[in-house]
Amino acid sequence: MATAAIDTHDAHAGGEHPPTSTGLNNTKVAIWAFIGSECFFFASLISTYLIYRGRSPVGPFPHDTWKDPATGHVFKGILNIPITSVSTFVLLMSSLAMVLAHSAVVRGDRKSSKIWLAATAFLGATFLGFQAYEFTSFVHEGLTIHTNLFGSSFFVLTGFHGAHVTAGVIWLLTLLSIDMKRGLTPDEAINVDVCALYWHFVDVVWIAIFTLVYLIK
Amino acid sequence: MATTVSLPETPHREPTHKYESGVWSWLATTDHKRIGQLYLYTSLFWFIVGGIEAAIIRAQLYNPNSHLVTAQTYNELFTMHGTTMIFLVIMPLSAAFFNFLIPLQIGARDVAFPRLNAFSYWVFLFGGLFLNSSWFLHAAPNGGWFGYAPLTTRPFSPGLNIDFWVIGLQILGISSLAAGFNFITTIINMRAPGMHFMRMPIFSWMAFVTQFLIILAFPIITVALTFLMLDRFFGTNFYEIQAGADPLLWQHLFWLFGHPEVYILILPAFGLVSEVLPVFSRKPLFGYPVMVYSGILIATLGFGVWAHHMFAAGMGPIADAFFSITTMLIAIPTGVKIFNWLGTMWGGSLRFTTAMKFAIGLVALFTIGGISGVMHSSPPSDLQQTDSYFIVAHFHYVLFGGSMMGLFAGLYFYYPKITGRLLNEKLGNWHFWLTAIGMNLTFFPMHFLGLDGMPRRISSYDAGQGWESNNHLASYGAALIVLGTIFFAYNWFTSLRRGAVAGNDPWGGATLEWMIPSPPPDYNFATIPKVTSRYPLWDRKSPELTVNVPHDSQDEQKMDVKIGGQSTGTASAPSDTKLNAPHAHPSARQLGIMMPTPTTKPLIAAFALGTVFVGLIMHKNLPIMLTAAAIFVFSLYNWLLTPLEPEHH
Amino acid sequence: MAADQSHSTLSHDEKGNASPHEHTHPDWGTYKWVALILTLITALEVWIYYIPSFTKTKLFVPTLLTLSAVKFAIVVMFYMHLKYDAKLFRALFLGPLILAGFTIVGLLFLFGHLVIRG
Ligand code: HEM
Ligand SMILES: [Cu+2]
Repeated sequence: MATAAIDTHDAHAGGEHPPTSTGLNNTKVAIWAFIGSECFFFASLISTYLIYRGRSPVGPFPHDTWKDPATGHVFKGILNIPITSVSTFVLLMSSLAMVLAHSAVVRGDRKSSKIWLAATAFLGATFLGFQAYEFTSFVHEGLTIHTNLFGSSFFVLTGFHGAHVTAGVIWLLTLLSIDMKRGLTPDEAINVDVCALYWHFVDVVWIAIFTLVYLIK
Repeated sequence: MATTVSLPETPHREPTHKYESGVWSWLATTDHKRIGQLYLYTSLFWFIVGGIEAAIIRAQLYNPNSHLVTAQTYNELFTMHGTTMIFLVIMPLSAAFFNFLIPLQIGARDVAFPRLNAFSYWVFLFGGLFLNSSWFLHAAPNGGWFGYAPLTTRPFSPGLNIDFWVIGLQILGISSLAAGFNFITTIINMRAPGMHFMRMPIFSWMAFVTQFLIILAFPIITVALTFLMLDRFFGTNFYEIQAGADPLLWQHLFWLFGHPEVYILILPAFGLVSEVLPVFSRKPLFGYPVMVYSGILIATLGFGVWAHHMFAAGMGPIADAFFSITTMLIAIPTGVKIFNWLGTMWGGSLRFTTAMKFAIGLVALFTIGGISGVMHSSPPSDLQQTDSYFIVAHFHYVLFGGSMMGLFAGLYFYYPKITGRLLNEKLGNWHFWLTAIGMNLTFFPMHFLGLDGMPRRISSYDAGQGWESNNHLASYGAALIVLGTIFFAYNWFTSLRRGAVAGNDPWGGATLEWMIPSPPPDYNFATIPKVTSRYPLWDRKSPELTVNVPHDSQDEQKMDVKIGGQSTGTASAPSDTKLNAPHAHPSARQLGIMMPTPTTKPLIAAFALGTVFVGLIMHKNLPIMLTAAAIFVFSLYNWLLTPLEPEHH
Repeated sequence: MAADQSHSTLSHDEKGNASPHEHTHPDWGTYKWVALILTLITALEVWIYYIPSFTKTKLFVPTLLTLSAVKFAIVVMFYMHLKYDAKLFRALFLGPLILAGFTIVGLLFLFGHLVIRG
């Protein structure tokens, strides 16, 4: 009998995947490698922002007031710290919701898992709403990606962060819809875990951006 | 050598679906060996294209004041030659080996994410075609392979040329990144029982290190290219000097990527020759752990030397000194490798097969390139050499003499595993000598040209500067390389049908890939082997070779029974006669092995993603971009929500 | 060869399973404290931003950097449960993170934003 020679762990009995050499989940290893890679992605963006800090000959500027010599118009420091502090808080809370969603899935508590997944996505979307508000008000005040170096590097850095949040929200909504349709089983907690790792990473990037871009003058 | 048996019949399959035969079976494949071959043939094709570009360059420079091509075309030629050879030849040819070999060497049935693997290939294919389609629009990139901004910003390079370059590299980067995560996970998680890290074949080790370089260096160029793309298409100011931008920003970001990139280009070749040399010396690799550690050290230090490409930019004494020192330091682990290869050959019973000759070629020629590298690690001496033909000589010794020689060694060595037949050694010998002599004839005189002041990237030069004879020699050498390549191509295609049948282990190899049939069945290993040392096959067939290699000896006794599915020709201790009978090549289905379902979803996703970029270059054509993006997202969902393997009943 | 002794530290069982650390996650008790601390640090950061006498001192920037580094570390250790998870993940994250950190600092030096003043 041919199959007799095959070690038991090769046959994928009952839909189970063969164990990995480290015992760790493949997707989780991949997401950590991805996060490592993202460190360099954001390091490049942040470096550029910092290198270009204070180099634009024309305003508006992030913190300092600038008077346009041509029109005489006075631009105040454009960053809105109170609003951004609130959105930072929102993103931090989304991370709390995220860990609660994960632990609910692990426990098999379908009611809370749905609530917390939805809450995480909602808080993420709220953060994006704040960002959309911030971007549009900057444009109204006269700062676009074309205006000056600060505009280019600010919008691209925070824009890429926002794009990551958007991807995360879509991911969360996908998990939520699966959870609503057929329920995420505790076996599938790993899928939520992987999404959570991504989500928290996006959060820590924001922690860095908030300090480096918004608070340091 | 087991070359007498007939070629194994293709595994018995019952094609029940169009994806299991013909063209569809390639379009829908998720088999790492097939994807490896797709990479292989695609990159060999680009090798010919890049070679033709080089040949035209050499024809142009043969005589002073020549007007074979215009200066404008010349710019396109050297830019596309460099970009092609780096991103479309050496990297994907290395990827062909990653794909084909990593799972075989670590004893796995496939990579960790087979469909992502297919996706990587299709994105790569798309990127290569995209980049080269520029030729047909008479708008091939013309800013040099490193595309210095602000030269490459819209005001200075208004045409489509640089658009093709920026977007093409961006697409190729996606492919490399996806493959990087995949191989890292594969190597961490898919090793056969007993395949500890310090038993892993050295090629897999170097491949592992390379993947980290890829996933950490490519994000940097992604960002730099994104800035350039935004500047060109959306009017941002990243490289606008009037807006206060720093002209060195691009250079720093590019070389932060660029120097790790050169190790991405060389480490896989190092890995290949580290497989070839022990086998043809009949000795274990000298200092295996040191080889591993020096590879890791090279990769880490490789992130701290980038500004040695910028000594001429005037960074100041502190920066110059710092990068000069780190560059000199990095030569140490590199030198260690060279001595270890010599130590491997020392006292061995050498067999000068073509693969071995190419491997020795790497050791000799890379060393020359390494030495000239150390020469320009000193800023005062670099100021004489930079932007001259001396640099061209340096990087061709490391890239052609190093990477390409190593990859050729790998091709001769693994051709039998890939195709089931051996390449012809006589033709291989011609190939090697023509290439080696031609290579030295082309690039050695360039050292003198450089020291005599000939700048790089000039489309013609005046007579009477003492550059004629060395340029003659270089062009003759190029002709020899072309001739050698013709031998190679002829050898390749005739051997596919007429080459000697290889058997499982034509060279007396030491690692797992030589245990299974050539070409391997789609599941690779009927039984996943249990590994007890670095050289499982030598333990079994020539234990005297591995007495000094660490094993755990109790396990070794069980080896014969545990080690594998197929007869290896000489010794065999089959645990099941039917399974291991010489000509039985049972299909995965017969063995009850579940393999991933073939699927074209990665192909669709890759092409949709590529089409988004096509829309971008067509003056930001929103309908195309949005439709393609929607198809991409849809196919991604479709792919991710479909299980990898057939549903279990 | 000494390097080979590292084998024993990778504990594989017969099936190639290493001990699965994956299920160790902190619980609500920890999470709520983490959330509270993060909120407090954020509040502190914003607060000192509004103290003009402090923002003018040399301590302002280092204080902010330290506070955000603490936040960063807390999220990574607890929410991303790196403190509890397999060592491999630590290597996969910290290696690139440290390298990326050096890169940022290196670039800032090169562009003259960080100058060592005597
Ligand atoms: C011992 C190791 C090496 C050292 C010390 C070294 C050093 C250098 C230095 C200082 C330069 C800049 C020269 C200039 O532009 O003025 C350079 C250029 C270059 N090196 Fe190396 N190198 C080494 C190995 C390699 C390897 C392994 C590769 C690739 C496989 C490589 C590929 C290149 C390329 C492509 C350039 C030219 C880039 C360009 O300007 O287009 N080098 N090398
Ligand atoms: Cu370099």
